[in-house]
Amino acid sequence: MEFRRKDLLGIADLAPEEIRLILDTAASLKEISARPIKKVPTLRGKTVVTVFYEPSTRTRMSFEIAAKRLSADTLNLTVAASSAVKGETLSDTAHNLEAMQPDLLVIRHPASGAPHYLASRLKCGVINAGDGLHEHPTQALLDLLTVQEAKGTLAGLKVAIIGDIAHSRVARSDIQAFIKMGSKVTVAGPATMLPPYLDSLGAEVTCSLEEAVAGADVIMMLRLQLERMNQMYLSTLREYSNHFGLALRHLALAQDDVIIMHPGPLNRGVEISPEVADGKHSVILEQVTNGVAVRMALLYLLIGGEKG
Amino acid sequence: MSLLIKGGLVVDPAQGLEEIRDLLIQGDKIAALEPPGTIPGQGRRVVEAKGLVVAPGLIDMHVHLREPGEEYKETILTGTRAAVQGGFTAVAAMPNTRPVNDTASVTRYILEQAKAAGLARVYPVGAISMGSAGRNLSEYGDQKAAGAVALSDDGHPVTNPMLMRRALEYARTFGLLIISHCEDLDLRGDGAMHEGRVSLELGLQGIPAAVEEIMVFRDLALIQLTGGRLHLAHVSAFGSVALIRQAKAAGLTVTAETAPHYFHLTEEAVKGYDTNAKVNPPLRTAADVAAIREGLKDGTLDAIACDHAPHTTLEKDLEFEAAAFGLIGLETSLGLSLKLVHDGVLTLTQLVAKMSTNPARILGVPGGTLSVGAPADVTIIDLNREWVVDVNTFASKSRNCPFNGWTLKGKAVMTIVGGKVVWQG
Repeated sequence: MEFRRKDLLGIADLAPEEIRLILDTAASLKEISARPIKKVPTLRGKTVVTVFYEPSTRTRMSFEIAAKRLSADTLNLTVAASSAVKGETLSDTAHNLEAMQPDLLVIRHPASGAPHYLASRLKCGVINAGDGLHEHPTQALLDLLTVQEAKGTLAGLKVAIIGDIAHSRVARSDIQAFIKMGSKVTVAGPATMLPPYLDSLGAEVTCSLEEAVAGADVIMMLRLQLERMNQMYLSTLREYSNHFGLALRHLALAQDDVIIMHPGPLNRGVEISPEVADGKHSVILEQVTNGVAVRMALLYLLIGGEKG
Repeated sequence: MSLLIKGGLVVDPAQGLEEIRDLLIQGDKIAALEPPGTIPGQGRRVVEAKGLVVAPGLIDMHVHLREPGEEYKETILTGTRAAVQGGFTAVAAMPNTRPVNDTASVTRYILEQAKAAGLARVYPVGAISMGSAGRNLSEYGDQKAAGAVALSDDGHPVTNPMLMRRALEYARTFGLLIISHCEDLDLRGDGAMHEGRVSLELGLQGIPAAVEEIMVFRDLALIQLTGGRLHLAHVSAFGSVALIRQAKAAGLTVTAETAPHYFHLTEEAVKGYDTNAKVNPPLRTAADVAAIREGLKDGTLDAIACDHAPHTTLEKDLEFEAAAFGLIGLETSLGLSLKLVHDGVLTLTQLVAKMSTNPARILGVPGGTLSVGAPADVTIIDLNREWVVDVNTFASKSRNCPFNGWTLKGKAVMTIVGGKVVWQG
């Protein structure tokens, strides 16, 4: 099949076949990163701009490495050093960037819907690298690839996603992505962090970590944003960790070959114990490796080949 | 230890039972409940209960035991002594102690003191927010593990609706009940009694019924939003009863209690500036009393709890506006509530449900029934004994009771907790 899109804005509007194509492409591009000379000429002459209005280590570097391995030129706009601090609107910044004729804009923004706003106004492609509480589609795709590699399939797996679902764009993308690919998703967290209508996404919902991880093939822990404590979402970190932190004792409840995932950065000792994060079930670093492959695939599918 | 209670009228709403039965207690459990004369008495302590009512131990789900911190008003020992003397085998202790019961360690302390006292069971209620300060959630999971049966803001109502929303959600996470003290503090202002004709006459600042009704409405809207479990404390107003009735009809997960002073006293009791009639929520009008009675009768109000709030002369022997809110009730609650039975407002079964079965169910604690295997918590009641309330005979350390001198009909004559006779009179 062909990938006929200008932008990659969210999992919500992707068809399962498109997701399959992205994963297959990523799997085939993965070996480039293992070569002694990690570069192919595929995107030579293309320009990819990353615009990050929020801090990021993994995602921004991952996009940059992906672009460079495909020989695209990259430049990064970090907001602290940009005109945004002088009051320029998002739309003006984007149109000015576009006037320099990039092929693709990769944007992270604290406002849900900001990438969609740009995509509807710009001729170049837009990739959503995380918008507000809404979506983080490339994270979900790299998560799918990681599970696919570990389990050989996505269909029929039990995936548990634990933590602050309410404020997690990773959760919103992952729930939809796994369900589209035929997995069963259970989400768990304190009820303060489980927004109403979650079941309308097709997920099972529980307040019990134990219940969520029982029989799970995949356990995805979400980062707890520490400022939530002062926003009345939880009592203390100590209590959160006692009830919603993944510890070794929980692994016995899951499948023997359960894999443990986390989008990073970790709060060690809060949502995940060091023994679990570094243990033999953890695929947290594989997720990072696969992030490069998935982003290479998206760059290729959006601006590579004949479409470019 | 084996105890046979013979020939009493066993009233157990949980089993739909109101019949003459013999009740056998073995150890700390109900061992048998049989037709009269069928359980042999040899080798057993036998209690003749002919003409008496044998009820599952009464549970008062709303008391202030003042310990830790205000032991000059009441201690867990004196408070539970007052409880068993009044026929109560268990009480739920509100968290507005000093320090506030917002942590597992305070809950454990209360349970240790209750165990040492060896009288009534005490079920600690934890605080909704840390220090009851209305800012951060306390550790609900930890408190539950230590023995807290519910969470409440009693005495320090949650004004911030966001905190109340989060509290209902966080409590649901751990399967805990939220007990709400419904009072809009801003609207109460400096009010000292019900806002009505009497406050006008006495020149006292008023507390309108809306102070309660606004928060009842808020909390009902919040359980609709969150699916949390809510119990409304000390309902006093006509409008509140109507709101709760409507919410229950709509299927919301709400229960509610009222106190004997809200179905026996009106604002008139404040005349003469009697500070023992200064209570929060305040004594209201005859129409409110009628609505409370109707709410009890039709099941809108699930429980009777006395809101036992001991204060000494230091807090009460003052000009009315300066006096503390609160009155004591553990030793009068049963007698005052039985008046509803004698007056034909409630059946005996309904009364026992509201003072035992329902509180046990709402709090999720054992007891509230005399079924075989249940804890041997039993209250034996003489429905017809007339007695005069005399605060000087109270086991409570405090004397702030507006019913002093009243003649009541009906009294607990034996209180049994865990198979042990803890009071007899």
